[in-house]
Amino acid sequence: MSKPKTYQFDTLSLHAGQQPDTQFGARAQPIYYTTSYVFPDTDHAASLFNMERAGHVYSRISNPTNSALEERIAALEGGVGAIATASGQAALHLAIATLMNAGSHIVASRSLYGGSHNLMEYTLPRFGIDTTFVDPRDIDAFSAAIRPETRLIFGETLGNPGLDVLDVPRVAEVAHQAGLPLLVDSTFTTPYLMRPFDLGADLIFHSATKFLGGHGVAIGGLLVDGGKFDWDKSGKFPTLSEPYAGFHGMVFTEESTTAAFLLRARREGLRDFGACMSPMNAFQIMQGVETLGPRMQRHIENTRKIVAFLDAHDAVEHVVYPELPSHPDHELAKKLLPNGCGAVFSFELKGGRAAGKKFIESLKVFSHLANVGDAKSLVIHPATTTHYRMDEAALRAAGITAGTVRLSIGIEAADDLLEDMSRALRASQKT
Amino acid sequence: MLLTVNGQKAYAYTAGHTFDSSLPTVLFIHGAANDHSVWALQSRYFAYHGWNALAVDLPGHGRSEGEPLSSVGELAAWIGKLMDTAGVTRTALVGHSMGSLVALETATHDPDRISRVAMIGTAIPMPVTDALLSTSQANDHVAYEMINVYSHSARAQIGGNRVPGAWIMGSAIRLMERTGPGVLHTDFTACNDYENGLDAATKVKCPFLLVLGQRDLMTPPRSAAKAVENFVDAKTIVLDGTGHSLMSEQPDAVLDSLIEFLKVEQTAPA
Repeated sequence: MSKPKTYQFDTLSLHAGQQPDTQFGARAQPIYYTTSYVFPDTDHAASLFNMERAGHVYSRISNPTNSALEERIAALEGGVGAIATASGQAALHLAIATLMNAGSHIVASRSLYGGSHNLMEYTLPRFGIDTTFVDPRDIDAFSAAIRPETRLIFGETLGNPGLDVLDVPRVAEVAHQAGLPLLVDSTFTTPYLMRPFDLGADLIFHSATKFLGGHGVAIGGLLVDGGKFDWDKSGKFPTLSEPYAGFHGMVFTEESTTAAFLLRARREGLRDFGACMSPMNAFQIMQGVETLGPRMQRHIENTRKIVAFLDAHDAVEHVVYPELPSHPDHELAKKLLPNGCGAVFSFELKGGRAAGKKFIESLKVFSHLANVGDAKSLVIHPATTTHYRMDEAALRAAGITAGTVRLSIGIEAADDLLEDMSRALRASQKT
Repeated sequence: MLLTVNGQKAYAYTAGHTFDSSLPTVLFIHGAANDHSVWALQSRYFAYHGWNALAVDLPGHGRSEGEPLSSVGELAAWIGKLMDTAGVTRTALVGHSMGSLVALETATHDPDRISRVAMIGTAIPMPVTDALLSTSQANDHVAYEMINVYSHSARAQIGGNRVPGAWIMGSAIRLMERTGPGVLHTDFTACNDYENGLDAATKVKCPFLLVLGQRDLMTPPRSAAKAVENFVDAKTIVLDGTGHSLMSEQPDAVLDSLIEFLKVEQTAPA
């Protein structure tokens, strides 16, 4: 029996979560720049507060513009719903705070974005939550690190900085055998390159600031629930499966069979921690999501050309990209990321710090800044910027050398990018 | 609320309230491969507005133990036993899809205890296509996918949900996936084989409300027309642009229609 027709990725990117405005017929998503919403009467107000009716009360908890973006990302990821947050970091914090208490423990990949690593290594221990970091390529290490108080397994679909490809199906299997959910940071891959729920992940978050927005104008995060994890059966999540005094004794897993996690995250996490997204940012990020498919396609086309160019260049020691046979996750990438391994990668330049400095300063199209996932091509030299205090040994421990250059490939004309790169490489090698 | 029916655990959502025999009762019955949570907003409203609201999980669904029951008659008998166990002496019934047939049949079996019946997204009879019967019998995931598409209007397949951040196409299929192998097929067979509906409609004297989705492909409004003629006392509401998943597509419209239909009971003696 053939599958029924459903809307495809690019159609959902443009339409999911939004109907034309009923009052004026506006085709674009209106920006509901309001803190609050007028109640028709007191009973209606009480019903909204008590989750007897659907709607909005206060924009810290929900907002119609944010809601459209939340639905859209949930549709693209194949989840049951989502919550928009002030940043990707806020989304990660919301997931953790919803699932655990002081005394809980996380097992995380050690190949993480610095912000996530800081949260887990330095900040969460102050609140009684510890993390064990493991090599993401060592599946047994995830299993071995699980303790009775572990409540979450966490990794990035493409790790930082070595682009370790997380074996989502196998790590999910380890997590589920222990009655734990797998949360993945899918920022580098977006739902265009990987849909982690289809591979076994339970929760996804994005720094929407990056590829989802694509324009580099709005900070935001999105936390998505796959709706498959059985919180009751696990027995490890009383925040979801036992009465919550903070909301009329609500048992979230009874209230919603598939979206208990999101219910608590919104009704407690957004209410109490308050790291909500501005509706203006939600609108701006939605403009980016509308063109996610065509942009990611172009990002990947350009990345492949530049990876090939650099891989063959005399001034380059080596390129770190999973589509290259030299990458340790090459075979896994072919399986999990057949449409591309993202547009952020690093390469090692011959000539160390001095060459790196010359290379960066000779570029004209690439922008030298500390961000990734913009439609414009970006570059940074970690040894002279983000990691400039480190000596050679400390850099090596972080997986970086004095010649490491990180690129985020944009969607400009590939020939212009190649010419820019060629000129800068020549300049970097002049003594 | 956990009860024991036929020696097995039976669950009914009550919004955390204990049963109060001094209050009127409304009992919600879900459809095929669903559970109590499809009534989350509507049942919670009644539980906080002077009612005992019981949104049951039928056997083999959600939190209720046991195998799914293979006929509407057996399901109606089970509802009767659940009411006995819960101490329900009189109740209104609200059923969706398969649950609407169970509500009708329960009213036939137990007319003295049933005050009113609301049938949401219903058809009498309720034939199921061969494609859905065969794919569900094979436990083929395509059965869930077909239902998901046929159960939502074109508008709902795009979204714009009133519930903040909820993607109802995703939650609907996840809910079906949670039912065990064979449950969907057993439910569909019960719907397909139920032949007593039109006859029952002529016999039950209590007021009926039919809430139908204008764009419902699973139970199109025309499929309820004959039954409407047979009912002694029935009112029909058709929700514009709405598919079969009325409670999620139009939660407030469904709730408002129930509030209006049931308000008489709230002033009647329990």
